[in-house]
Amino acid sequence: MKFDAPATTNPIDRQRFIGQPLDRIEGQLKVTGSAPYAYERHEVVPDQAYGYIIGAGIAKGRIKAMDLDAARAAPGVLGIVTAANAGKLGKGKRNTARLLGGPEIEHYDQAIAIVVAESFEMARAAALLIRPDYEAQPGQFDLAAAQERAVKPESGDPDSGFGDFARDYAQAPVTLDETYTTPDQSHAMMEPHASIAAWKDGAVTIWTSNQMIAWGKADVAETLGLPPEKVRLDSPYVGGGFGGKLFLRADCILAALAAREVGRPVKVALTRPMIFNNTTHRPATRQRIRLGAAPDGRLLAIAHESWSGNLPGGATETAVHQTRLLYAAPGRLTRTRLARLDLPEGNAMRAPGEASGLMALEVAMDEMAERLGMDPVQFRILNDTRVDPENPGRPFSQRHLVECLKRGAQRFGWAQRQAKPGQRREGGAFIGLGVAAGIRNNLLTKSAARVRLTRDCRLIVETDMTDIGTGSYTIIAQTAAEMLGLPMAQVEVRLGDSDSPVSAGSGGQWGANNATAGVYAACVGLRQLIVARLGLNEADAVFADGRVQSGGNRTALAQAARQGELVAEDGIEYGDLAERYQQSTFAAHFAEVSVDAATAEIRVRRMLAVCDAGRILNPKSARSQVIGAMTMGVGAALMEELAVDHQRGYFANHDLAGYEVPVHADIPHQEVVFLDEPDPLSSPMKAKGVGELGLCGAAAAVANAVYNATGVRVRDYPVTLDKLLAAMPA
Amino acid sequence: MKAFTYSRASSPAEAAAEAAATPNAKFIAGGTNLLDLMKLQIETPAHLIDVNGLGLDSIEPTPEGGLRIGALVRNTDLAADARVRRDYALLSRALLAGASGQLRNKATTAGNLLQRTRCVYFYDPRQPCNKRAPGSGCAAMGGVARQLGLVGVSESCIATHPSDMAVAMMALDAVVETIGADGISRRIALQDFYRLPGETPQIEHDLRPGELIQAVILPPPLGGAQIYRKVRDRASYAFALVTVAAVIQPDGSGRLAAGGIAPRPWRVEAADAALPQGGAEVSAALLDGARPRPDNAFKQPLLARTITAALAQAREMQGKEMMS
Ligand SMILES: Cc1cc2nc3c(=O)[nH]c(=O)nc-3n(C[C@H](O)[C@H](O)[C@H](O)COP(=O)(O)OP(=O)(O)OC[C@H]3O[C@@H](n4cnc5c(N)ncnc54)[C@H](O)[C@@H]3O)c2cc1C
Ligand code: SF4
Repeated sequence: MKFDAPATTNPIDRQRFIGQPLDRIEGQLKVTGSAPYAYERHEVVPDQAYGYIIGAGIAKGRIKAMDLDAARAAPGVLGIVTAANAGKLGKGKRNTARLLGGPEIEHYDQAIAIVVAESFEMARAAALLIRPDYEAQPGQFDLAAAQERAVKPESGDPDSGFGDFARDYAQAPVTLDETYTTPDQSHAMMEPHASIAAWKDGAVTIWTSNQMIAWGKADVAETLGLPPEKVRLDSPYVGGGFGGKLFLRADCILAALAAREVGRPVKVALTRPMIFNNTTHRPATRQRIRLGAAPDGRLLAIAHESWSGNLPGGATETAVHQTRLLYAAPGRLTRTRLARLDLPEGNAMRAPGEASGLMALEVAMDEMAERLGMDPVQFRILNDTRVDPENPGRPFSQRHLVECLKRGAQRFGWAQRQAKPGQRREGGAFIGLGVAAGIRNNLLTKSAARVRLTRDCRLIVETDMTDIGTGSYTIIAQTAAEMLGLPMAQVEVRLGDSDSPVSAGSGGQWGANNATAGVYAACVGLRQLIVARLGLNEADAVFADGRVQSGGNRTALAQAARQGELVAEDGIEYGDLAERYQQSTFAAHFAEVSVDAATAEIRVRRMLAVCDAGRILNPKSARSQVIGAMTMGVGAALMEELAVDHQRGYFANHDLAGYEVPVHADIPHQEVVFLDEPDPLSSPMKAKGVGELGLCGAAAAVANAVYNATGVRVRDYPVTLDKLLAAMPA
Repeated sequence: MKAFTYSRASSPAEAAAEAAATPNAKFIAGGTNLLDLMKLQIETPAHLIDVNGLGLDSIEPTPEGGLRIGALVRNTDLAADARVRRDYALLSRALLAGASGQLRNKATTAGNLLQRTRCVYFYDPRQPCNKRAPGSGCAAMGGVARQLGLVGVSESCIATHPSDMAVAMMALDAVVETIGADGISRRIALQDFYRLPGETPQIEHDLRPGELIQAVILPPPLGGAQIYRKVRDRASYAFALVTVAAVIQPDGSGRLAAGGIAPRPWRVEAADAALPQGGAEVSAALLDGARPRPDNAFKQPLLARTITAALAQAREMQGKEMMS
C-alpha cells in the first residue's frame, strides 16, 4: 500500500481498540518468567553447548601470540575459534570494527576468541587460561585532545546554514557563546546480548536478541559469506536494547562460528563487564552553541557545532540535528565534525543526536532566557516556528510545542519558580525548577506484515517487527483487532522471525507507527479477501464485533473463515509526504530537584512531560515508554558516564556498580500528558513515534532545575555534586 | 570460576583448624562478595569452608552492657534489631544505607567487614593492580580514581574500603572476636584490625591463617546523637563518595569515623578532639597528610561540609530531645 496522500477517515478512527490503555498481551508471560529470552531458548534445538568470549586486553595493537593449548586441554572444552581458524570473514554493512578481532586489535574488549565447552563454567574457566601476548600501540582516547584534528565527515549533512549567521550574530544585542560536553554513555539494557546458533545443511538459525531483524540477517550473511536465504534470525523477546541491539554483535557471529566449529548448537551471552567495551555506546560530544537575540527575546542567530569521535569508518553523533528545526532565527549555522578515537565503537543509543544535542541547546536556551531577563517558557514560545527554518516553504505536518509548554507550565506549577536562582530553600536543601523543550523526528520507513484468518476464526499477524519491551505485540494486536472487528483474544501476534515479512524494526522511535501501518495495509488486503469470499460490497463493509456488515447484511467472520484460511500480505510504503512536510514530535519537559545545601547531592523530586506525538496508539504502553525515557534523562543529567581511562584507552567502569543508572529511589514522581492529536500526514495510523521523545530534553530540564536551585551552571555532564560544591551558595 | 572443593564445618574451632590446614582455603558466609570475585577469578580459593551453620547468628547482651553480634548475623537482621536501633542507631542507619534489600538479607557481619575494594581496576584481571596481583602496578594512578582514597593510601594502592557498616562500628569502638586454628579466641579492636596498604596492599587485615571471625562486640551504649550520613551520586544502591558516622554528646564532644576516603574506616584521635570546634577542624584532622588525585580532590571539601552538616543535625536532634 502506498501512502502518498494525507489519511482520510479509516477504521482505525473508531478507536475501539486503538487508543485504549490495554495491558500488554504478553505481560503475563513476562511477569511469570515464561517468555523465553534468547539465552533461555532451551527447547529450540537439543544439545546446546556453551560459548565464552574473550575480549582483547589492549585498546590498540596486535596479538603477538595466543597459546590455546591449556584451554584446549581444559575439562569439557569442545573447541576454540579465533581469527586464525574462523575462515575468511566479511564485515556487516553496519559494523565499524570487526566482530572477531585478531591479530589486529581495534578496541578494548574486541572479541578475539570464543571457547566452547559442555557448560558455561567450563567454557569460562578454560577461556581464562588464555593469556594473549600483545604488542600495544599508542592510540587516541581523549576527545578534547583529538578535537582539533577532527574532520568534516564524508556522509550525512555536516554543514547546514541559512541566511547570514556571522552577520546576524555580530549584530545581535544579546549574545551567548558557550561550550557543553556530554560523556560517553552505555545502553545498559537489562538483557545482555545473547544468541544460540545451530547449523543444518549449510544454513544457520540464530535465536538472538536483536531490534532490527532484516539488518541483522543481511549482516550475518555478509559476515559469514552466506547467501541471505541460508540465514534465519529469531528474536521474539528482547529484554531492552536502546540501540545497543540495532546491529549485529559478537554474540551472534561467534555463536554461529563456534557452532560450525564444534558441530553442535552453541549459546553465547556477553558477560556484563564485557558489554561496556565490546559493544557500542553513545559517543561523547563537545558542543559549542552561539545564540544572538534582540532585547525583546527574538532569536536573531543560532549556531550549533558538535564534535565527537569514533573508530575509522565510524559515524558522528548528530547532536546539532534538532537545532536545525526547533527555533526560528534568521541567521543559522550548524556543523558536525568527527575525530578519530581508538575507543570502542560509537553508535546509536536511544534518540541518537537529539538526546545529546538537547542537553546542550536547551541549557543554552535557559542561559539566554536569563540574560534576556525572560521566563524560559515564554522565551521558547516566542521563538516557535511553524516551518522548517532552513526551508521556510516547508511546513511542519503538525507542531504543538507551544501548547505543550503552556499546558505543562500550568500543570507543573511553573509560576512558583523563582526567576533568581538559589532562592528557594526547604530544610537543608535548595529547590529548583527547570524546563526544556524536546523534539524528535517521526521517521517513515516501509514495513510489511502477513495476516491470516484461520479456519477457527483466529487472526494471526506475522511480521519481523520486534518488541524490545515497548509494547509492539499489543499495539499490533490492537491494530489488527480494530481493522477486522475481532476481540483482542482472537488475535495472535508473532514477531521477530526473519522468515516473516520485513518490518520497520525497532529503532529511532519509528517502530510503532510504521509497523502498525504495515499491519493496517495487510489487514486492508485481508478485508478485501473476506468481502470477496462473502460476496459483499467492499465500499460499505463495516467490520465490527466479529461480523461484517454490508448493505443491511450482517455476516459472522467465522463464516468466511470456515471455508478455508485466508492470507493477505502487504506493507506500507511512503510517497513524498515526509519531504513536503517536516514530521516531528515535540515535548515540554519540566523537572523539580532538590540540592542538598551541604553535600550538593541532587535528587529529582518530580517530573512532567507533555508530549505531542500524533495519535497515541495505547496510552499505557506509550506512557511506559515516556517515563522510561525520562528516567534515562535523569541518568544522563546526573550520573551516567563511561569513565574513559585515557592511558589505557577504554571505559574503566564496566559494570552496573560502576556505571550508575537511576534506581527507583531516584525517580519519585513522573507524570506524562499526551496531546493525542492524530496526524493524517504520518500514516493511516495517524500516529508518530514516542519512544525516544521522552528522553529528548529531559536531561536539560533537570540540569536547568539544578541551576535554578543553586545558581551554579554546570556545562559538563553529568551534573554531579563535585562540580557544584565549590560554588554552592552558603 | 576455578574448580574448588567445599565443606561445611561443624564448629568454629574446627572451621579455623581446617582453614589453616588446607592450602588456599577460604570461608564463605553470604557469598555476596566472594562469589562475584570468584567468577572473575579475582579470588581463586581451592577450598571453601561454609560457615553458615556454625550457630554464629545471634545477637546477645554482654556482661559489660554491650552487644555481642555473631559473625553470621545478616545485615538485615542486625539493622532491624530493636536493641541496635535503640542504642546504636548509627549502626542500623549505616547498614540500611548499604547495598540493597536482597543483598543485605544474605550479607553477614563478618563478610561485610572483609569485603574487598570496589576500585574498578581491581575488577579487571587484565589491568595492573597491586592488591590483586602484587607487584603488577597500580592502574588507578593516573587512571579513574574518583571513588578512591586520599588518606592512608600509598604509592602502591589508593583503594578505599567500601563498607558502610564498618564505619559505624569504627565510631562505636567495636572489637572483633576471633578464633584461631589453635582453638584460642582473641579480641582485636577494629581500630587495629585493618592494615594500611603500604607496600603490601594485598594484606588488608590482621587475621592469621585460618583465623575465623566469631563475633563483633559493641561496648555499652554511648547515648548521644547518632548520625550516619552517606553521600553518593544516586539515592540508593551506590557505594559512598564519603560517609560520616558520629556519636555526639550534648556537650559537643563525641567520636567520628569517616568512610570513602581511606583504605579502612577512618578514625583519628585528633579529629575526635576537634569535634567541639566544628566540621572544618575535624575534617582537617582526618585528612592530615592527604594525597588527593585530581578526580577525588573534591572529597576534601565534601568531607568538611558533610561533617558540618552531621554536627548540625546532632544539635538539632538534641534540641528536639530537650524540648520534649
Ligand atoms: C551490588 C552490590 C552493592 C553493594 N553495596 C554496598 C554498599 O553500598 N555498602 C556496603 O557496605 N556494602 C555493599 N555491598 C557489599 C556487601 O555488603 C558485601 O558483599 C557483604 O557484606 C559481604 O558479606 P557476605 O556474608 O556475603 O560475605 P562473603 O562474600 O561470604 O565473604 C566475604 C569475605 O569475608 C570472608 N569471611 C566471611 N565470613 C568470615 C568469617 N566469619 N571469618 C573470617 N572471614 C570470613 C570470606 O572468606 C570472604 O573473603 C554491595 C555488594 C554488592 C554485590
Ligand atoms: S588502587 Fe589498589 S585496588 Fe586499585 S588498581 Fe591500584 S592497587 Fe589495585
